[in-house]
Amino acid sequence: MSHSSPAAAALRASLPVLFGYVPLGIAFGLLFDGLGHPWYFATLMGLLVFAGAAQFLAVGLLAAHAGLLEVAVTTFLLNSRHLFFGLSLLTRFRVGGWRKFYLVFGLTDETYSLLTGTRPPDGVPRVSYDLWVTGLNQLWWVSGCTLGALLGRAVAFDTTGLEFTLTALFAVLVLEQYRATRALLPFLVALGCGLLALALFRQEHMLLLSIALSTAILVAHGKTRQWTPRST
Amino acid sequence: MDATLYLIAVIGVMAGATLLTRALPFLLFARGAEHPTLLYLGRVLPPAVMTLLLLYCLKDVPLATAPHGLPEALALAAVVGLHLWRRNALLSIGAGTGLYMFLVQSGVFG
Repeated sequence: MSHSSPAAAALRASLPVLFGYVPLGIAFGLLFDGLGHPWYFATLMGLLVFAGAAQFLAVGLLAAHAGLLEVAVTTFLLNSRHLFFGLSLLTRFRVGGWRKFYLVFGLTDETYSLLTGTRPPDGVPRVSYDLWVTGLNQLWWVSGCTLGALLGRAVAFDTTGLEFTLTALFAVLVLEQYRATRALLPFLVALGCGLLALALFRQEHMLLLSIALSTAILVAHGKTRQWTPRST
Repeated sequence: MDATLYLIAVIGVMAGATLLTRALPFLLFARGAEHPTLLYLGRVLPPAVMTLLLLYCLKDVPLATAPHGLPEALALAAVVGLHLWRRNALLSIGAGTGLYMFLVQSGVFG
């Protein structure tokens, strides 16, 4: 029974994220601890913000006493790659109430990757699987943030290199995406745009610019090659 | 402003700004989700984003200085090889990460 339950299937899919998020979360918690605030605010950030890069940035912004408008604009720009994620999930997330809200709220890089790169076993409803994946990923992240702020400095285990879990996860998901689509073009366009963005722009803008450029090129290509007239 | 109050305000503002980036597509395209361009993007965007996230993970690998990205290359080769062979994501990711941790912690590459 447990093998076909949404929770078990989602747990299996999200395990690599556990090994990626917990060390990253601990790193954030440790940095946050340096600000001198109570540990539970690190937990609160993991719960309410749930965005790795933005939370790391927040440590710097808090230390510099940045203005709230600056915080808002910087966070929005830093996370603006998420603007593109929902485009491929518009119909998938057609569920009501809190379920849709939580799926949208929890759409991190890794959650997006798992939701678009893995599928639930036969008989498991898609929406339950999606909710479990999102919830478990956030559980790993919040646990990491809390552990780091609470007792990170007492952890002796050498985790150097554990962050490679996320690199390996994305490599596996690229392979799975190719198996599912059998189309080289999206990969080649992305690779070209990514290398171009790395060469021309500052690294922190690389993801947003390359995702935007890839989307524009793929749309332009789709309009010339695969356009099927249809009224909406 | 009181330090705790400022912290709470920053968390609130960040939570709102982050949620906005994730929710905007759903707010903007609530009615047009069946549009052919959006359906097309739904197919081609995931592979493109996955490729870019992989590239992003590797962007800080120092290719010009020793060990010239060799640990990353070997660990990635292990991940890809294992995955093509067994197609077990946990095995590919676990073994690849284990190999990478051994390579960077043991100092075999200096």
